[in-house]
Amino acid sequence: MGGSEALSVYAILLGTLAAIAAGLTGSFALMKRITLAGDVISHIALPGIGLAFLFGFNPVLGGATTLLVGTVVIAKLEERTGLTTDAMIGVVFAASLAIGALVTPNQDLAEALFGNLRPVSPLGLTLGLGATALVIGTLWWNRHRMILHLFSSELATTLGINGRRLNLIFMLLFGVTVLLGLQFLGALLASALIMIPPTIGRRLTHRLSHFMAISAGASVISVLGGLAVAAWRHLPLGPTVVTFASALFGLSLFMKER
Amino acid sequence: MPTILEVRSLNVRVNGRLLLGDVNLAVERGDAVLVLGPNGAGKTVLLKALLGLLPHEGHLAWTPSSLRIGYVPQRVDVDVHLPLCGRNLLEAKAALLGLERPAIDSALERAGIGWDLMEGPIGHLSGGQFQKILIAFALLGDPEVLMLDEPTTGLDEPSAENIYDLLRRLRVGGVTVILVSHDLGLAYHFATKVLCLSTVALCFGAPDQALTPATLKALYGVRYEGASESLRSGRV
Repeated sequence: MGGSEALSVYAILLGTLAAIAAGLTGSFALMKRITLAGDVISHIALPGIGLAFLFGFNPVLGGATTLLVGTVVIAKLEERTGLTTDAMIGVVFAASLAIGALVTPNQDLAEALFGNLRPVSPLGLTLGLGATALVIGTLWWNRHRMILHLFSSELATTLGINGRRLNLIFMLLFGVTVLLGLQFLGALLASALIMIPPTIGRRLTHRLSHFMAISAGASVISVLGGLAVAAWRHLPLGPTVVTFASALFGLSLFMKER
Repeated sequence: MPTILEVRSLNVRVNGRLLLGDVNLAVERGDAVLVLGPNGAGKTVLLKALLGLLPHEGHLAWTPSSLRIGYVPQRVDVDVHLPLCGRNLLEAKAALLGLERPAIDSALERAGIGWDLMEGPIGHLSGGQFQKILIAFALLGDPEVLMLDEPTTGLDEPSAENIYDLLRRLRVGGVTVILVSHDLGLAYHFATKVLCLSTVALCFGAPDQALTPATLKALYGVRYEGASESLRSGRV
């Protein structure tokens, strides 16, 4: 599917706010050097999305369930096998993609992988706005702690900052941000809005506030531009938005690095 | 003066390896404690244990437990690509502590740096500039105890002297200073107490009594034997 009938005010509003959340979360992810984690997390959602299509329930709910289960499985396998987290993530990542491809009905596979422009229900809008507010609000509330922890975990600890708790909070926000993008962008590309806009921001400025503003702005432009083009040309939404974001990154290469 | 730090039979082990053993000390408010020892003696380990950054065995108590402590680490491995400047760091700490802009101005003034240095990315600062920002960071919030791990590393001579002048002024103002340094001369020109470490504590007390030729020999080897007179007179 994909058409202007699905491009409602709800979709535009939710897409814009989710893009801001992705840009801000991505800014911290880039500074923490964990942007690729989003790629893995979004893939773990695929089996859940596939099952949701198969049994006719909300794909985001399905994705959220397997994300949670996948994260626990990674932690447990790591404990039992003694293998490192990245090795376990690699195994679960590949398994998720394979299982997701098997359980997803063929006609829905492209949508599960690359997203689509679906009409947003009032309930979907409410949940989406709540999740977006949670991500942006929590990042804002913890911004000083996160900055200090990024700079030096030791100095942060001397100021009473609990680094483990802060990391856990951030990974949860990261997961929620991926979920926000899942329905629109699909399991393969949901993390792209976390990864690409911050690289644009980082190229253009070294000031933290400007960096985060540019990241969020580039993310919003990518989503709105992608929504418009996808609706107009009946293109799959995920690849269109990500191509938009990639083009912005390409443009940033011609601008003076700061 | 009241005792603000009491340490008895302190041991620090990491992965079963003893990094610091049998340290005993008592620090009074306003003391200037110089921690001496060769490389790998456990000086940084001691500071980290005192700050609660490393698990330890034995008794360690700050009184009161709510003391404001500033810490200048020996090094901070910063990602040079981080889009952070000194302003972000001090403003973040000030926000956590509920402090306003004048508190930051005061910390910068005491560290001898201006706002211009605070605007550049931290990854582009020289070692000395970075060190000064760390010192300003530690001073923010008017700490009652200041712990510094070789704070003059990377600083030019006048800047290093400024740091020592600052530490002397802070002491006069009642701030307790715990300083790790390789500069033996500080024992006689700054410190009220000296702790000698070589994994285990070899001495603790007033410099004149603690730094005996035998202790210096045990600490550094024969080349420092008999040097205490020279140090005391400022000839070393």
